[in-house]
Amino acid sequence: MAMLRAATRLSRAFRTNSIFESHASPLSLSSVKRLDLRCLLSTAAEAVAEPIKPDISISLTKLLIDGKFVDAASGKTFPTIDPRTEEIIAHVAEGDVEDVNRAVKAARRAFDKGPWPKMTPYERSKILLRFADLIDKHSDELATLESLDSGKTYQQSRYAEIPTMARLFRYYAGWADKIHGLTVPADGPHSVQILHEPIGVAGQIIPWNFPLLMFSWKVGPALACGNTIVLKTAEQTPLSALLAGKLLYEAGLPEGVLNIISGYGHTAGAAISSHMDIDKLAFTGSTEVGKIVSQAAAASNLKPVTLELGGKSPFIIAEDANIDHAVEVAHFALFFNQGQCCCAGSRTFVHESIYDEFLEKAKARALKRVVGDPFQNGVEQGPQVSDEQFDKVLGYIKIGQEEGARLLTGGDRFGQKGYYIKPTIFADVQDGMRISREEIFGPVQAITKYKTLSEVIQRANDTTYGLAAGVFSKNIDTVNTLSRALRVGTVWVNCYDVFDAAIPFGGYKMSGHGREKGIYSLNNYLQVKAVVTSIKDPAWL
Amino acid sequence: MIRRIDKISPLSQGEECRMRCLLSTVAESIHEPVKPSISISLTKLLIDGKFVDAASGKRFPTIDPRTEEVIAHVAEGDEEDVNRAVKAACKAFDKGPWPKMTAYERSKILIRFADLIDEHSDEIATLESLDSGKPYEQSRNIEVPMVARLFRYYAGWADKIHGLTVPADGAYSVQTLHEPIGVAGQIIPWNFPLLMFAWKVGPALACGNTIVLKTAEQTPLSALLAGKLLHDAGLPEGVLNIVSGFGPTAGAAIASHMDIDKLAFTGSTEVGKIVSRAAAESNLKPVTLELGGKSPFIITEDSDIDQAVELSHFALFFNQGQCCCAGSRTYVHESIYDEFLEKAKARALKRVVGDPFQNGVEQGPQISDEQFHKIMGYIKKGQEEGAKLVTGGERFGRKGYYIKPTIFADVQDEMTILKEEIFGPVQSITKYKTIPEVIQRANASPYGLAAGVFTKNIDTANTLSRALRVGTVWVNCFDVFDAAIPFGGYKMSGHGREKGVYSLNNYLQVKAVVTSIKDPAWL
Repeated sequence: MAMLRAATRLSRAFRTNSIFESHASPLSLSSVKRLDLRCLLSTAAEAVAEPIKPDISISLTKLLIDGKFVDAASGKTFPTIDPRTEEIIAHVAEGDVEDVNRAVKAARRAFDKGPWPKMTPYERSKILLRFADLIDKHSDELATLESLDSGKTYQQSRYAEIPTMARLFRYYAGWADKIHGLTVPADGPHSVQILHEPIGVAGQIIPWNFPLLMFSWKVGPALACGNTIVLKTAEQTPLSALLAGKLLYEAGLPEGVLNIISGYGHTAGAAISSHMDIDKLAFTGSTEVGKIVSQAAAASNLKPVTLELGGKSPFIIAEDANIDHAVEVAHFALFFNQGQCCCAGSRTFVHESIYDEFLEKAKARALKRVVGDPFQNGVEQGPQVSDEQFDKVLGYIKIGQEEGARLLTGGDRFGQKGYYIKPTIFADVQDGMRISREEIFGPVQAITKYKTLSEVIQRANDTTYGLAAGVFSKNIDTVNTLSRALRVGTVWVNCYDVFDAAIPFGGYKMSGHGREKGIYSLNNYLQVKAVVTSIKDPAWL
Repeated sequence: MIRRIDKISPLSQGEECRMRCLLSTVAESIHEPVKPSISISLTKLLIDGKFVDAASGKRFPTIDPRTEEVIAHVAEGDEEDVNRAVKAACKAFDKGPWPKMTAYERSKILIRFADLIDEHSDEIATLESLDSGKPYEQSRNIEVPMVARLFRYYAGWADKIHGLTVPADGAYSVQTLHEPIGVAGQIIPWNFPLLMFAWKVGPALACGNTIVLKTAEQTPLSALLAGKLLHDAGLPEGVLNIVSGFGPTAGAAIASHMDIDKLAFTGSTEVGKIVSRAAAESNLKPVTLELGGKSPFIITEDSDIDQAVELSHFALFFNQGQCCCAGSRTYVHESIYDEFLEKAKARALKRVVGDPFQNGVEQGPQISDEQFHKIMGYIKKGQEEGAKLVTGGERFGRKGYYIKPTIFADVQDEMTILKEEIFGPVQSITKYKTIPEVIQRANASPYGLAAGVFTKNIDTANTLSRALRVGTVWVNCFDVFDAAIPFGGYKMSGHGREKGVYSLNNYLQVKAVVTSIKDPAWL
């Protein structure tokens, strides 16, 4: 039970890096099963055993429009692939322009006429709370779908991400009835009140690396503020959101408030970003596509856009750091979720005085990383999400070698089937190299040496990205100097990937704009209306 | 002085009688233009604390809209000048004393600047009216004091930009820092050159940013004097750079610049789209937009008709009708419609048009030849589409861009003049029957900037205030622009809010700093 508690939150799981160290596995819950399965586990040198068949039947594969699961207008479907086996999990309805139009029509009606924005915030909050309870109740099923579709470890889905999702909906349920406006002192006899109103129909486009968490970050605040939604999932991972959508309706969401379109970016995604009746766009994905959707939003109806984009986040280890601890957190910062994190600590800056020892230990840690079937207990790393990503990551590994970075370990495919890649480390990476400049989005750690604090600040900031940074130091002056100087949206000090619902997340520079989570995310889904009324005979100003 | 606006007349009534003999009303022609006593000394670009020529050496003329003659030739900034300005602004942000100064020191500079505005208000107001054609009394007694007031307001914010400490779910200390965003690119329009300067520059400086500002090519003069005074007040070099010039050259260079971290634009929806795309295409800089409007002014059946006439007249005709939030769709309840029309016509006929430097004048010329022709085009269109021309409808006088106060009645929702922004002295009046009907019609617009509601009934006021999808609802008043009241649009009138606490968000980045705590005494 103590172990279950320890693993019930993503941040908690990250904080207790000890679970990686002392148990050699983040999978503390089913330690009994872990022992049983130990013989099946692969480490980086071995091949993957036969894939486990999770006990689930895929029943939700249609579009969710106006509270009903419906086929695409075109009748088309697309396959979603199990990244462990490269085989088809299910065929899913493929939404396109016409489906987006139907969804927007439903969302528009739900906003303009429906009960949702006229409901009291208390009633809205109760629906969100009921939904959180249903998430808890269906967490095995949600986690199974999530891992099956994305290749992330089941224990990560089940004990870190799903609880984080329920927690986030409870967090925003609490905000629903606390969206205060202001009264404003005027320069004359006017009563001035500011109303914070829902913005209308929100278009939301989410990525495949954390399908349900990204669903939560987008849907939670939008619903708490009283908006209606047209959400497009990533074509790689359409399944879990459909179940979440069904549960939201079971919790009492009125028809049309949340519409989910599975489909592709250049069709369904483009239709959302350029739609004239969508009032707001929130997008998480690559910087390249972020530019495309922003331009579409501007060219259509100028809907405001929130963007969470790419990153190349520095992880800076100061000379005073405890090396073992630094190795573990830096390893986690990069390899977590198969390296598929926009905020991955993908530039590891190590002070020269500890560089050689760090390298040796980082290599040992990577070699120890347990790669294998995400449904096996004890596995730390599953396959990459897709064929395309697999090839892209291997391409970067090749580039790293060609550009002269020193390959310490890994560098090739793991096993013969599935999109598995061996945990890979490059040392002596130079700032000009592409693996130090571009987002790899895979299990490839790039380690580089630095001498002085001012040098590492300059190098860490010398990027078009500004999403996050890790700082590892016991020295308060070092920590304070770096925390201020790094031009990034999140600085994690002696920790990494802490994603509490209350902590805002988002980027400087070309990592995006706007913040998700926390109180800040409410701004993304609210309009501000000033109501200025002339006062007759004011008793005071 | 600004408080008078929502009462009867924005002008000082004492002076009005004295000058009455000199004034022209709509039927007459204009006297010889008054020659304001001012010499134009600042015409160069302001880059890195110095007034410099454009790299190309080019200049453009700025025109007196009263006379259609050249006031001065002004350095014409282009891409290269924007690059120089951005370089100076980057240096001032990355290395300079500005962001490392205490917030208290920054606030003192802004307060000193406000004092200098007061000290130079005659000169500033003269430049403003000469360049834009707005009445001198409006510039001198309303707008320039508002500029000073706004800088004092944001000076007060400089040392109150608090971040948050955040409760965590585990053993973490979480703080959010609200940091300056960097180099802000700001593009301002010609209708309120100094106020728009203030709305943009005030919050950006209070938050510790540096700036590259482009003024409108119609009205480059007043901002250059304001820029000089800001440096006189102690602003470090390179913190505020001003590039006079045109949209397709200097404006485009700002919008697409890779080293500008933030863009704020006020202007037309059409150009708002262009700059937004340029921002997205280049470095994805976040954009604040204040764009066009077609704001409804709704008069209910219980209204005092005389007051409603006066206020709706002011809501449309103020500043020659050149307001993005002009009350340009006047919805009058059918029960009072005929009486309202008659009185609105009488009020428009009484409107004093003439040289903006004459006391008592309510309406000067439109800003430019182009705007003059655009408005005349809309008047023609209104007639062609069958709206009833109640008064005005033509040029006023033979010289300068003057237009007679114009009213159309019986305007239908699908007519061009009720859908598009005219940006001139043309009031469109239409009749309605029920509140749900007027809500639906008022909201049936791609714009959502502002609305006026005129009623004594609290239920009507509350229902309309909620239902109208606009950024500002003025109830029994209009154009109240206190520094603390946020202003901005719903829908295609833009996004983001200027003024008030809200504008700070436009110029701040949010950084979460999450630190692992050893042995926390409490969570």
